[in-house]
Amino acid sequence: MYFHSVTLDKDRCKGCTNCIKRCPTEAIRVRDGKAKIIKEKCIDCGECVRVCPYHAKVVVTDDISMMENYKYKIVLPAPSLYGQFKDMTIGDILASLQSCGFDEVFEVAYAADIVSYITRNIVKTKDYKRPIISSACPAIVRLIQQRFPSLMDNILDIMPPVEVAGKIARDEAKKKTGLKDEEIGVFFVSPCAAKVTSVKNPIGIEKSYIDGVFSMRDVYSMILDKRKFVEKKIDHISSMIGVGWANAGGESYGTSLENCLFVDGIQNVIGVLEDIELGKLDDIDFFEGLACVGGCVGGPLTVANNFVARNRIMKLKEKLNKDEVTKKYIEVDFNEFMLNVKLKKSDVLNLDEDIDKAIDMMNSIDEIYKSLPGLDCGSCGSPGCRALAEDIVKGFASEYDCIFKLKDRIKILAEEINKLSIKIPPVIGSDKEVKH
Amino acid sequence: MKPYTMDFDVKARDFSSAGESSSKFRKTLLMLSIPSDIVRRASIAAYEAEMNIVIHSYGGKMHFEIYSDKIVIIADDTGPGIKDLELAMKEGYSTAPKEVIEMGFGAGMGLPNMKRNVDNMEVVNHDESGTKIVMTINF
Repeated sequence: MYFHSVTLDKDRCKGCTNCIKRCPTEAIRVRDGKAKIIKEKCIDCGECVRVCPYHAKVVVTDDISMMENYKYKIVLPAPSLYGQFKDMTIGDILASLQSCGFDEVFEVAYAADIVSYITRNIVKTKDYKRPIISSACPAIVRLIQQRFPSLMDNILDIMPPVEVAGKIARDEAKKKTGLKDEEIGVFFVSPCAAKVTSVKNPIGIEKSYIDGVFSMRDVYSMILDKRKFVEKKIDHISSMIGVGWANAGGESYGTSLENCLFVDGIQNVIGVLEDIELGKLDDIDFFEGLACVGGCVGGPLTVANNFVARNRIMKLKEKLNKDEVTKKYIEVDFNEFMLNVKLKKSDVLNLDEDIDKAIDMMNSIDEIYKSLPGLDCGSCGSPGCRALAEDIVKGFASEYDCIFKLKDRIKILAEEINKLSIKIPPVIGSDKEVKH
Repeated sequence: MKPYTMDFDVKARDFSSAGESSSKFRKTLLMLSIPSDIVRRASIAAYEAEMNIVIHSYGGKMHFEIYSDKIVIIADDTGPGIKDLELAMKEGYSTAPKEVIEMGFGAGMGLPNMKRNVDNMEVVNHDESGTKIVMTINF
């Protein structure tokens, strides 16, 4: 079962080739004039959402009205939300957010403080393969499952801040209100599609602690509406470390490890993961790879320009303490926040599970690829000539989907027809002598 | 069974495209359902061999053969060969020029790293005419 947050709005799609060429996992084809997302290959990174000129790629999130199904409503804002507003303090933002109908706000930035704290301590005691790879960006974790399976053992096995926040907020609310689990609604305000998907299809845990995920875009306009009417502020408890997670490099900073490398933008991350697999970066302690440029502030569901938002986060951080998370949560058992379901490798790149058969198919792909024009134009609906050759061998496309091959074939047929049309049957006339 | 083969020309001192053939080889192995630890070992061996051609040789070729039970990697260049093979097999022994070492390459780990990651490595030729190394990984 695959759930994907990134989906297509068929009416808006013009069937152009912008998305197929930009998808980092080659997960889109154009068929019948519309883009089609191959669900097994999509990692919900959101590149196509950004690149589509017709806004036909939609990130499916939950409707805000779903919170009415719960008696006690808790909202978890991602740290990147703090960078979306001009002239609003974190306290202002949290108060306006709560007044949208929630009983409680719990900062994911604070959970990020806890994750940083756990990371700092656990790397001292547990023997991790180096570099340790961050598990915070679900699109990157899925990319590793698909293209770098040998690096799965390097992934840090701590739950991402959103799940840590969900777990703590839910447990506390149960104690405080005496309500049952199903009466408490925990909602995450997400900057991206990948995190929506990871709530519906959890990575490394059995079940998510989150009931619904709202788009940061939807919440953004609600906060703007409420901001004029909200007078009180909420004292936020997150430190500069947790808030810093909004930007690329924030998690690395929180690890206190000496040699960290952070890379943003999915194509850049792919390049560095290749180097890690080759053992070229074994001097690095911690690798933070983020699919979006700038980190979570660059997520496809954010409103503010990612560079502006990044700057705002830096300004907000200046006013905060470098807190050591001295509050009550530190006494919590680390084991409660560890991933406990082993990651599985994805087989989606395999041509066939039988190696001999796969080799045969690969040889056929090469043969077909040689006969294609090599323009990578995308007019066939596949991202490039090599991908078309692959699609043909897998039986999903035909040689004449290539318009150049089709044109050549028509030319040959037309010449043949032309030749035949000049021919005169001998009963009508012939220049040949009859010989016996 | 007919293997799947790949061939690449490798230019001497072309550091900007160095590693390209190993990268394509790696992606192919994934598509051919080769187990992930074999993919990693084969990629490292291929990359080190390719870098040796870039750093030390006058240019050469990388040749890959993929079977259902083994992978053969052949690195073949046009010189100047390896003067003292026994020394070259020692970790940390490097004959790379200063400017290459300054770029972060030529740490003297190439040949030992290749040997460590394959099941069999044979230096077929290493005189002035060139170096030819044949590596095999079985699975």
